[in-house]
Amino acid sequence: MTDKTIQNAPQAQLLDRADVRVKHAEGFGGAVSAFFDRVRSGDLGSLPVIVGLAIIWTVFQSLNPVFLSANNLVNLLFDCSTVGVIALGIVCILMLGEIDLSVGSVSGFASALVGVLWVNQGWPVGFAIVTAMVAGAVIGSVYALLLNRFGMPSFVSTLAGLLAVLGLQLYLLGSTGSINLPYESPLVNFGQLMVMPAWVSYGLAAIAGIGIFWTGYREATRRREAGLSAQSIAGIVARAVVITALLEAIVFYLNSSRGIPWMFGLFVGLVVAMNYALKRTKWGRSMHAVGGNREAARRAGINVRYIYTTAFMLCSTLAATGGILAASRLASSSQQAGTGDVNLNAIAAAVIGGTSLFGGRGSAYSALLGIIVIQSIASGLTLLDLSSSLRYMITGAVLAIAVIVDSLARRSRVSHGRA
Amino acid sequence: MTGTSQEPASARELVLSLRGISKQFGAVSALTDIDLDVHAGEVVALVGDNGAGKSTLVKVLAGVHQPTSGTITFKGDPVTLSDPATALGLGIATVFQDLALCENLDVVANIFLGKELSPMRLDEVSMEIKAWKLLNELSARIPSVREPIASLSGGQRQTVAIARSLLLDPKLIMLDEPTAALGVAQTAEVLDLIERVRERGLGVIMISHNMEDVRAVADRIVVLRLGKNNGVFLPDASNQELVSAITGAENNSVSRRASRRSQAQESQP
Repeated sequence: MTDKTIQNAPQAQLLDRADVRVKHAEGFGGAVSAFFDRVRSGDLGSLPVIVGLAIIWTVFQSLNPVFLSANNLVNLLFDCSTVGVIALGIVCILMLGEIDLSVGSVSGFASALVGVLWVNQGWPVGFAIVTAMVAGAVIGSVYALLLNRFGMPSFVSTLAGLLAVLGLQLYLLGSTGSINLPYESPLVNFGQLMVMPAWVSYGLAAIAGIGIFWTGYREATRRREAGLSAQSIAGIVARAVVITALLEAIVFYLNSSRGIPWMFGLFVGLVVAMNYALKRTKWGRSMHAVGGNREAARRAGINVRYIYTTAFMLCSTLAATGGILAASRLASSSQQAGTGDVNLNAIAAAVIGGTSLFGGRGSAYSALLGIIVIQSIASGLTLLDLSSSLRYMITGAVLAIAVIVDSLARRSRVSHGRA
Repeated sequence: MTGTSQEPASARELVLSLRGISKQFGAVSALTDIDLDVHAGEVVALVGDNGAGKSTLVKVLAGVHQPTSGTITFKGDPVTLSDPATALGLGIATVFQDLALCENLDVVANIFLGKELSPMRLDEVSMEIKAWKLLNELSARIPSVREPIASLSGGQRQTVAIARSLLLDPKLIMLDEPTAALGVAQTAEVLDLIERVRERGLGVIMISHNMEDVRAVADRIVVLRLGKNNGVFLPDASNQELVSAITGAENNSVSRRASRRSQAQESQP
C-alpha cells in the first residue's frame, strides 16, 4: 500500500499515466499479477502450449528415458524445421482469418520440382531451388486472385489447389515415382548432417540475449525522454539474463550430442524475421487489421487485396521452402512427399502455438512452439514403437484440444473486453 | 485572416460541391439527384428520417460506395472517389456511424491505421505521443492507449474515431451521428470540437437526429427525404418547419402527436 502512494507522485507527470482509474503493473510483483489477470481474462498467449509441452515431455520421458536425450532432441530439431517453415506460412494466412489447405501438396510439388530440375535435367541446385520457390509464389498468387477477383473462399480454392497441385507433383515425377537426391550434395548434407560449430551456437544464443536487452533498453530510454512510462532497466536486464541463460543451457545440452542443426537455425531465423515483419512493420499492422476487421481496414485506406496477395504468396513460398527442406532431409523427391499428415501438422502447429483460427491474433513464435509440440508427439510415439494409426489419432486429439482452448479463450476475451 | 469569420459562407472557398448525385442498389434508388455545397469554415448538418440516404451519401463521399451518376467537385476540381484511400488522400476524413475500428488493435494502432510512421520500422513512441496529443485536444477520457479497442466503452470509441479523422489535417470532415453514443459532457466536447474544426477553416458535414445539437453548431441544415433534396434551412428555422421537411408533410405522426398534446393541455384548465 505504501509504495503505491509513493509511486503515484512522479507518475502524475507522465503523459500516459494521467488517468487514475487504470491499474498499472509496477515492478516485479505488478508484472506477475498483471500476467495472472491476463490469463484469467482469456489472453492466454503461449501459456497453453508451454503447459502442454511440459505434460507431453513428462509423459514420454517416463515411458522411455531416451526421449529427452540430447541425441533424440537434435533429431527432433531436424524434423521440426521442415514442417515448421510450412507452419510459419500458415500463421500468416490464419492471421487474416483465411486458410490454406494445399500447403502439403505445394511442399511435395516443390520437392518434386527440385528433384526433376536438379537431378534429371542437370540444372544447378540453386537455380532449381529458386524456381521451386517462385512456383510456390505463383500458386499463392492464383489463390489470392481467385479470392480478390471472384470472391472464392480460400477454403474452396485451396482445397481445389490441394488436388491440382498433387496432380502436378505426380505428373512431374512420372512413372518412376521417386528421384533420389545425390547423397554427398550440400543440399542433402544440409538436411541431414550440418550442425553449427559449438562457438557459433553459443554466440548466437548470446546475441539473442544482447538483442533483447538492446531493443528493450533503447525503447525504454526513448519512452522516458518522451515523457512516457517505461520499463525499468533492472527488469530489462533480468529478462535478458534469464533468456540468455536458458538458451545457453539448451545449447550446452544439445552440444553434448551433435549440436544445433543449421536447418533449425534457418527455421528460427525465418521465425524471427517474420516476427519482426508482423510486429514492427506497416505491413504486419495491416495484416492484423485486415484479420480483425476487414471493412475497417479498407476504410482506413489499407489496400486489402494487396495484403491478401502478399499473405497467400508468402504462405505458398514458405510451403515450397519447407518442401525443399523435407526433400533434403529425406534425400529424395517422392510421390509421398507432402501427402499424409504434413498439411494438418502444419495447420495444427500454428493453432496449437496460439494463432487464432478466427483471424487477427497470432505470432510467428506460435509456429516454432507448435511444431515442437507436434514433433514431440510424433517422436515420442515412434520411440514407443506405436503405429502411425495411433499417431494420427493422438495428433488429431491434440489439435481438437488446441482449437477448443482457442475458442474458449476467445469467448472469455470477448466477455472481458480484450477481443 | 481576421475577416474570414465575418464573411458570409457563400463568399468563402467552395470545398465540396455535389451535382446530381444518384446511387442505386439494384432496384432501390438510395439517392436521387442530390445537390450539396460545403464551404470552408462551414458546418452543414445533414438531417433526414431513417432511410433518407444520409449514410449512403457519406459513404459515397468517403469512397466506400461509388455513385451511379453525378459529379463531385472538390476544391474546384472534379474528382472520382474510387476507394477510401483516394478520399483520404484528397483530405476528406470520415467518422463512420459504426466507427470502423479494429477491435483487436490498440488505440494507437487504430488512430494511425494505414498511416503508420516509418513503415519499415514502426515508430511506436512518436505515434503514442501524437495519439495522446490528439486525444488530449479532444479532452478525451481514455485510460490507456495500449489497451485493445475491445476494452473501451462506446463513447471512448467515438473519441478515438474522431481523433483518427483529425490525424491527417483534412479539408473536409464528415461525422455520421457523432453524438449518438455520447454522454452529456462528451456531447458538449464534440460540439466544441466541431466549432474548433470550423474555426480552423475546415468544411464539416454532420449527420444527426438530434435537432438540438444540429441547431447548436450548424450554419446550414440540409434536409434529405427518401433520397432527394428536401430543402435547406438556417439554424433559426422552427422545429415545425424542419420536422415537416424531414417527414414530408404537415400531417404526420410527429405533428399529430404535438397537436394532441397541445389540445390536451388546453382542455385541462
